Amino acid sequence: MTHTLSETIQGNRKLAFIARNWAAFFLLGFLILFSFTGKGFLSVTNFQNVGHLAVIAILMASAETFVIITSGIDLSIGFVMGFSSVTAGKIIQILYAAGGGISPGISIAIGIVIVLILSLIPGLVSGVLIARYKVPPFIATMGMWGITNGIALKICKGFPVATLPEVLTRIGNGYIIYIKPGGGISFFSLPHGVGNESIREYIRLIPYSFIFVGLILLVLWHLLRNTTFGQHTYAIGGNEEAAVRAGINVKLHLVKIYILSSFIAGLAGIFNVFQTGIGNFTPFGAMYELFAVSAVVIGGASLMGGKGSIFGSVIGVFLIAFLENGLLISGVVPFYRFIAVGLLLIIAVVIDQLFPDLL
Amino acid sequence: MEYLVETKNITKRFGGLTAVNKVSFGVQAGEIVAVLGDNGAGKSTLIKMISGVHQPDGGQIFVQGKEVEIHSPMDALSMGIETIYQDLALAENMNVYSNIFLGREKTKKVLGLFNVMDSQYMFDESQGVLDKLNIQIPSLRNNVRTLSGGQRQAVAISRSIYWNAKFLIMDEPTAALGVAQQKLVLDLVKSLKDHGLGIIIISHQMHDVFAVADRIIVMRRGEKVGDLKKEGTNPDEVVNLIVGSESVV
Repeated sequence: MTHTLSETIQGNRKLAFIARNWAAFFLLGFLILFSFTGKGFLSVTNFQNVGHLAVIAILMASAETFVIITSGIDLSIGFVMGFSSVTAGKIIQILYAAGGGISPGISIAIGIVIVLILSLIPGLVSGVLIARYKVPPFIATMGMWGITNGIALKICKGFPVATLPEVLTRIGNGYIIYIKPGGGISFFSLPHGVGNESIREYIRLIPYSFIFVGLILLVLWHLLRNTTFGQHTYAIGGNEEAAVRAGINVKLHLVKIYILSSFIAGLAGIFNVFQTGIGNFTPFGAMYELFAVSAVVIGGASLMGGKGSIFGSVIGVFLIAFLENGLLISGVVPFYRFIAVGLLLIIAVVIDQLFPDLL
Repeated sequence: MEYLVETKNITKRFGGLTAVNKVSFGVQAGEIVAVLGDNGAGKSTLIKMISGVHQPDGGQIFVQGKEVEIHSPMDALSMGIETIYQDLALAENMNVYSNIFLGREKTKKVLGLFNVMDSQYMFDESQGVLDKLNIQIPSLRNNVRTLSGGQRQAVAISRSIYWNAKFLIMDEPTAALGVAQQKLVLDLVKSLKDHGLGIIIISHQMHDVFAVADRIIVMRRGEKVGDLKKEGTNPDEVVNLIVGSESVV
């Protein structure tokens, strides 16, 4: 029955197109719906806010996309992010407090470089465990999940790392364009002499975070879509045995995949420091990794591997983000978010079952 | 005429069991040799020593007259020996030309900086090899998952041909295929002779064997009990050899 139904639907090209891009159509539908139900939903400010707050989720989902295409899963990214955030915070804090001619810029740069290098390690460990010792990805990355969180909490002693240079949030939450209605335009910051208290009088456009996440997405999209690295990622997820027989170094590739995932989580941690101005450990209830997996699956990937795309995953993130934002603005209690994400996941899986030949 | 691939007294033991016992045979370029035998007769083990999956315990293997040691499937590939597997070494989630170029993707430089895959080149080359072998595939941009079993076999074979295979090993190439699909694959196999390939086919289907093979080798209990030209034999004689009521070497 299911089979004939899927055949009927596949016979219809228009329907197949909609099914293939159902998440994008749902997103469009929600945007229209919330424009009516939520006051202030349909505005540049709100959309920029949703995007700005979704940056970490987008990075997480992109990391998870690569892993899921190889039919793996990375549960550690949420805590790798926390580890990266508190470690960067701690390094910057120490250097900044030490003074002695180290400018805030230098201490931030040193913190970033060290943390980006450190963030490769959890991925290297899980990757080697998975590729070399055949540990299931779920277990290997759950090991890193615990270890990175433990180390993060040890470093920050259970409190956010504060008293960091103020320039962090100015960059992290800054915009390229500031316009005062009827009063002129300024770039990269408020005009001289204008204090933060009057920031609400300005229309702010294009957050730096969009440039940051946009560049990363462009690189990752290119990597997955146009390079042999991406091609081999799909091949491993589609038929690992075939990839081996085709001469692809599958073990090395898997190690690279988990290192990449961990590295992107590290970038998210650094962004987190810029966004909040402090080094944050990841609370247990945050479940970044599970929301990332949800977004990736909603965006058309399959946990069986072999399919998925950066674009789809970003759509998945925005579907969840706008749903949350729209419900909130429309006055719906926030816990409906979980129900909504659950329903979307079920839809995603059902569509994946009905349209196995797509993509 | 010199053999493309030849074995001399090749032997493989698994513990106390002698799976293949001193088997000597050869395959010439442009020749299709079928290996027949009951289950456990040693056909697969014999073939796997040539494809590099098993290493022989005794005897020699010659490729184009030179003695070689084949330690792994990669070794075999580098000598031009390709195996078309029953379960098909294709990534079903990828399109036809990506499969043909899998692991050996053609790249080009963009802006003198980035290496990107040259899809158009891979598409054109794949179309070329399919045309050469007279294989019809609806679109090379379709995923392999959408192809029939016979078409998938054809894609796997085309890949070997494109990458200059000289010697093909086919394990039950028509198993699990419909009648029309079987014909497609058998016709393709026959046409490969004209391209100068040597081919070994393992099959249970007597009809297939007589349709394509030039020579038939019969294995029983690890030993070669028959090496017959197709013209000089008939299915009855071959069956008798397989089950062991006579022996002709």
